[in-house]
Amino acid sequence: MKASVIVFPGSNCDRDAAVALEAATGQAPAMVWHGDSEIPASDLIVLPGGFSYGDYLRSGAMAAHSPVMREVVTRARVGTPVLGICNGFQVLTEAGLLPGVLMRNATLKFICRDVLLRVERNDTAYARRYVKGEVVKFAIAHKDGSYFADDATIERLEGEGRVGFRYCDEHGKPSDGANPNGSRNNIAGIYNETGTVLGLMPHPERLADPALSGTDGAKMFLSLVETLY
Amino acid sequence: MNIAARTAKPADGITPELVAEHGLSRDEYQLLLGALGREPSLTELGIFSVMWSEHCSYKSSRVWLKKLPTEGPQVIQGPGENAGVVDLGDGQAAVFKMESHNHPSYIEPYQGAATGVGGIMRDVFTMGARPVANMNALRFGAPDHPKTKHLVAGVVSGIGDYGNCMGVPTVGGETNFDPGYNDNILVNAMCVGIADAGRIFTSAAKGIGHPVVYVGSKTGRDGIHGATMASAEFDEASEEKRPTVQVGDPFTEKLLLEACLELMTEDAIVAIQDMGAAGLTSSSVEMADKGGVGIDLELDRVPTREEGMTAYEMMLSESQERMLMILKPEAEKIAERVFRKWELDFSVIGYTTDTAHLVVRHRGSVEADIPLAALAHAAPVYERPWTKKEPEAIVAAEDVPAPNSTLAALEYLMGSPHLCSRRWIWEQYDHMVMADTAQRPGGDAAVVRVHGTPKGLAISCDVTPRYCAADPYEGAKQAVAECWRNLTAVGADPLAITDCMNFGNPERPEIMGEFASAVEGMAEACTALAFPVVSGNVSLYNETNGVTIPPTPAIGGIGLIPDIAHMATIALKRPGDVLMLLGAESGHLGQSLYLQMISGATRGAPPPVDLDAERRAGDLVRGLISDGCLSAVHDVSDGGLLVAIAEMALAGGLGVELDALPAPLLPHALWFGEDQGRYVVAASPDQADAIHKAAAVAKVPLRLLGKVGGDSIALDGEPKLSLAALKAAHEDWLPRFMAHG
Repeated sequence: MKASVIVFPGSNCDRDAAVALEAATGQAPAMVWHGDSEIPASDLIVLPGGFSYGDYLRSGAMAAHSPVMREVVTRARVGTPVLGICNGFQVLTEAGLLPGVLMRNATLKFICRDVLLRVERNDTAYARRYVKGEVVKFAIAHKDGSYFADDATIERLEGEGRVGFRYCDEHGKPSDGANPNGSRNNIAGIYNETGTVLGLMPHPERLADPALSGTDGAKMFLSLVETLY
Repeated sequence: MNIAARTAKPADGITPELVAEHGLSRDEYQLLLGALGREPSLTELGIFSVMWSEHCSYKSSRVWLKKLPTEGPQVIQGPGENAGVVDLGDGQAAVFKMESHNHPSYIEPYQGAATGVGGIMRDVFTMGARPVANMNALRFGAPDHPKTKHLVAGVVSGIGDYGNCMGVPTVGGETNFDPGYNDNILVNAMCVGIADAGRIFTSAAKGIGHPVVYVGSKTGRDGIHGATMASAEFDEASEEKRPTVQVGDPFTEKLLLEACLELMTEDAIVAIQDMGAAGLTSSSVEMADKGGVGIDLELDRVPTREEGMTAYEMMLSESQERMLMILKPEAEKIAERVFRKWELDFSVIGYTTDTAHLVVRHRGSVEADIPLAALAHAAPVYERPWTKKEPEAIVAAEDVPAPNSTLAALEYLMGSPHLCSRRWIWEQYDHMVMADTAQRPGGDAAVVRVHGTPKGLAISCDVTPRYCAADPYEGAKQAVAECWRNLTAVGADPLAITDCMNFGNPERPEIMGEFASAVEGMAEACTALAFPVVSGNVSLYNETNGVTIPPTPAIGGIGLIPDIAHMATIALKRPGDVLMLLGAESGHLGQSLYLQMISGATRGAPPPVDLDAERRAGDLVRGLISDGCLSAVHDVSDGGLLVAIAEMALAGGLGVELDALPAPLLPHALWFGEDQGRYVVAASPDQADAIHKAAAVAKVPLRLLGKVGGDSIALDGEPKLSLAALKAAHEDWLPRFMAHG
């Protein structure tokens, strides 16, 4: 699997994503500078976490207009898997590849901690190593992670099964107490219509190393390798 | 009055008032006249005032700081550069420093704290290191002081926003609440970076005719006189000093970090220095002086963000996220390309010269022409008078009442502002970015893996201000020992420290005495523990209207774990494990949190540190960890033995059953005394013999405490204290305090 990681000014989880990808694929991904208009042939494009453009204007808003994003949108439209993690999710919504918006956390504070997620579907390239309904541990680190969309959009996302991951308690229940940021319907990650673009606030790449505090995130990268070779 | 608004033309009217406003005494001004051989221009007066400020010149502390040990086989660079450097083996080095941002953080907590973090990270990456961990040591006033909540909220969010945006994990620190800090909070930020040991960049500007290059943000009028402000006491008018606080932009700093590290892979840089306190003045003077060259600056080429800035303003601005570099002449193009790629300002603003003068030109005229030796070496050095504090009497345990219930006292202490969980703070810091955080906040020391290796860097910040207030000598000694102990408790070999010496007005002999005693205590502990000081910072004048802070020599230490597979944590892990205490017990209750709780005030002599015993216990524990004998380790500090045990139980979610105590010491003195040099360890029963033997060989007292198991703290003769209740008490205070306005 050939992966490309897009690097915006202010991206800061680009290296973490590259390390997790390399651990899963055995080869280092291409690091693509935001000012480039070309992306090498890739089976997967990752928009990493961070503070692209310092979150100026709105999180992800300026990065969505970077030269490289025209190419990302084109690739996504023809079916190349695009994974946006944290700030990458914010960029995907600003670029119109995913609906809705990530608002300031309900606490109005930055939150960094492990969270539990329920895997809502496992029929995508990202999730086949998980069991549907499985509870997994990822880490969040964001200030603007409260997923919001209007009622009609939420209804459509739920109806089409496009919610990929939901904040939940240890029993898999998406309770209010398990919702760290006020996201509607405890949404932590959503897919596009074809299940090829995934936006995810939690960081799978941070829990992908047995020497640290968990490996649930590694399964996402292994799923991708298995699906995309 | 606003000095900055004046023009910088050669002043014919340098009045005594103007000199005083610049923080120079009458004698210092005479010294200046002698060094310069004539009256200064206003710009020159400004340059002298910042260079000779306490903050930049260390004029009160210098004679004492010389007493600190700064050498060791592990030391690559000791004090005097932007940060200290120690060897990590395999061609790698750790670059680290701690610095205060106290005065600005009190006036404007968010920006003050944020720019403190930004400044310390620049000190580290200036030397060619990628910052890998931030820590902080925070002291706030009493919880019921009207400003405390506002200051906590601002400081924490300022630290978080800056570090989070930079993508450098903030992995831990310490926080105290004490009325002694009501009007002078302390914000000490520490940064640790990793560099290639063979590619450390320093600030000595060698070579004549080399371009002096300005990179980073544009210069504005913010922070003018910041260094002077940090060198004076506060009074009622201090709030008006808000314009002297700098404004941070972590996004620009992130670009600056990446651009500098990218350029450092080329053979382009002769010397580099960040523009921190006293901005362009201090960076250019220090670089030129260290390299023994002169420097000519053309201020018309300085990128500015405001119209009509004068030479005076540009030389004194403390605008953030700026660097000054001396480049190899042929490398200008490469450097410019790198900085343009990162969309940063890049401007050649001058050249090194053979004049040994700092010459500043602006709009066609010479605004300053100063012999560098006068600025750097003619600066006043004071041997200020000092008086030693009478040590407080030792409090006898028999004179301290026992609690009605030991476990109720424990629950109270664990839920108090002193010992409650700091989760509310550290969850606002991204402590996992860079995906190498092997030990998160809440343990004895934070551990970050050295990227791409199995090695771990352990980091801890420590000082117990109430000990230092009672006895600055023993208190400072204890701070160094506790830092060494915390690093040991995770299994690290302690390497070296950085310090942040926070004190009051050194012109008062009793304050100078506190400083002198603290330095002596530190020196003794550093020497005995082979734990040298490689960088640091002194922050004096932390007082308001004559009320001073407790002496606070904050110690930031680092240690190396050869393989994080052999790292210890405080969390209890297995039911059935035995719990043991290593180290001597005397039941010392003076200055303990228990005494404070039961009598409403701290008093007495602080617990003394026996450095020889400290070293033996530490070396024993480190050996046992590396041999894989221990399943959990925690040092005994604030609150004493029972608090340490409770913290281990909470971290692991496992209870303990504690044995009856040995006679003849009083139970409350054993449970809550704060004797030094002790560790609680857990181990499987089949390791117990080996541990006993090793302790006997090392001459370290060992006592069996009980065993791990259940879901409560169980003590003979008392109802059990459930972990759920203890956790609720421990986690509740800080969020509740911050939620209610």
